[in-house]
Amino acid sequence: MTTLIKIIKYQLHDLLRGKWFILYTAVFFLLTDGLFRFGGDPGQVSLSLMNVVLFIIPLVSIVFGTMFFYNSREFMELLLSQPISRVSLFLGLYLGLTLPLSAVYLIGVGVPFMYHAGIMTGSYWILLLVGVSLTWVFTALAFLIAVLSEQRVKGVGMTIVLWLFFAILYDGIILFILFALEDYPLEKLTLILSLFNPIDLGRILMLLQLDIAALMGYTGALFSKFYGDMFGSAVAVLALWTWCATPVLLGYRAFSKKDF
Amino acid sequence: MIDIKGLKKRFGRLEVLKELDAQIKDNKITAIVGHNGSGKTTLIKCLLGLDKYDGGDISINDFKLSGDWNYRSQIGYMPQVARFPDNLTATEVITMISDLRTGSTTHADELIAYFRLSKEMEKPLKTLSGGTRQKVNAIVALMFNPDILILDEPTAGLDPVSSSLLKDMIHSEKDAGKTVIITSHIMSEIQELADTILYLLDGKMLFDGPVDELISQTGEKNLERAIAKMMT
Repeated sequence: MTTLIKIIKYQLHDLLRGKWFILYTAVFFLLTDGLFRFGGDPGQVSLSLMNVVLFIIPLVSIVFGTMFFYNSREFMELLLSQPISRVSLFLGLYLGLTLPLSAVYLIGVGVPFMYHAGIMTGSYWILLLVGVSLTWVFTALAFLIAVLSEQRVKGVGMTIVLWLFFAILYDGIILFILFALEDYPLEKLTLILSLFNPIDLGRILMLLQLDIAALMGYTGALFSKFYGDMFGSAVAVLALWTWCATPVLLGYRAFSKKDF
Repeated sequence: MIDIKGLKKRFGRLEVLKELDAQIKDNKITAIVGHNGSGKTTLIKCLLGLDKYDGGDISINDFKLSGDWNYRSQIGYMPQVARFPDNLTATEVITMISDLRTGSTTHADELIAYFRLSKEMEKPLKTLSGGTRQKVNAIVALMFNPDILILDEPTAGLDPVSSSLLKDMIHSEKDAGKTVIITSHIMSEIQELADTILYLLDGKMLFDGPVDELISQTGEKNLERAIAKMMT
C-alpha cells in the first residue's frame, strides 16, 4: 500500500509540472467562466458544458491515457526491476494519471461555477460527477488497450475508433435498431442498451438533472421514470463505475502477464 | 549462484530461448554474448522477472523464482536505454527509488561524486544528454550495493572518460565479491572485463566457460575473432 502511494506521489510530481495540465485547466476555466459571463444561467451553462464534457473528456482521457502508458514503458521497466509488485505499479500509474486529470477538471469547471452560481444547484454536482466518472472510465479503457497492443500507432488508432464508437456510432446503431423494430415495444431494450455506453449513461444522468428529459419524448419519460428516482440514478452511477472497474481489472490481468 | 535449467521462452511463433541451461557463478564477471536476436536480453529479462518464461526454472542462491518480486532487492539493473520521467531531476529519481526500496541503504552520494555528476543533479532529466542519463542509470543500479549486477550494454553512449570510470567500477564491484552479468557488442570490452562467457546461438547455449578457453579453442588471437569464427 505504501509503495502504491509513493508511486502515485512521484507520478503526480512529474505530471503536474507539464504545461499541458495548465492548458487543460485553462480551457475548462475560460469556457465555464465565459459561458457565465455571456449571460447564461446555471442550467444553460450546464447544458452547454455537457456537450464538452461528453465529447472532450472521453477523447482527452483515452488518447492521453494511451500515450502516457506507451511513454512510461521504460520507466515501468526501471520500476519493475526494483522489488516492486506489478499490482502496485499498475494501480500507481492509473491513479497517478486519473487523480490529476480529475483535479484539473474539478478546478477548471468547479471553481468558476462556484464563483458565479454557488454550489447549491443539483446540476453542478452531476456535472462534476459525470466529468470525473468519464475521466476514470476512459483512462481505464486507454490502459487496457495500451497493455494489450504492443504497437503504439495501432493502440492510439484503436482508442480513437473506440471513442468514435461510444460518442457517435453507438447512438446511430440504437437509432437503426429502433427504426428497424419500430413495430415492437422497445422501451426496455433502449433502457438496457443505454447501460452499455458510458457516454450515454453520463448524458442521461445530466439530462434528467437538467429536467429536460421531456424533450426525448416517450423514451425520455421512461428514462425519467427509471433513472429519475434514487434507484435508477444509483443503477446509472453503478453502471458507470462498472465501466471503470472492468477495464482496470482486465488491464491488470494482462499487465501481470506482460513481457517488458 | 544463478542456476538456469531448461529455460523456454517464445514470443508468438518465435521461439527465443530453447531449453537453455546455464550457471552463473558467484564473484565472477559473466558476459552474455551472441548475435542480434540470439536471446541475450530475453535471458536477462527472465532473470529480472520482466519477461515471463514459458518453461524451465531459474534459481538465485537456491531460491526458485516463481512470480515473487522481493528477490529483486538483491539485484541492481542497468538497462540499455536510460529513460526516466521527463520532468523529474536526477536527484528526484534517486530519492524516489530509495524511497520505494524502504530500508535499503544507499551510497548514491559517493557514486555521484565518482561519476562527476554533481552539477547535473538538479536539472530535469529531459534536458540531459543520453550519456549523462546513462550515468544516472548506473548510479541507480549500483547505489544499493546489490549482490548481483546486471548491466545491459552499460557503456553504450558513454564518452571514453565515463566509460573507463564505469569499467573500473565494475572491476571493483567484482573485487568486493559481487556477481556481475554484462552484455555488450564490443568484444574488446568483454575481453577486458569478463571472466566467463555464455555464448548464445538461436536461444541455445553454444559455449559456457572462461574467456581464455574460448580463444584457445578457436585458435584465434583475440575474443572478437574467436566469436566471429564461431558465428560462421
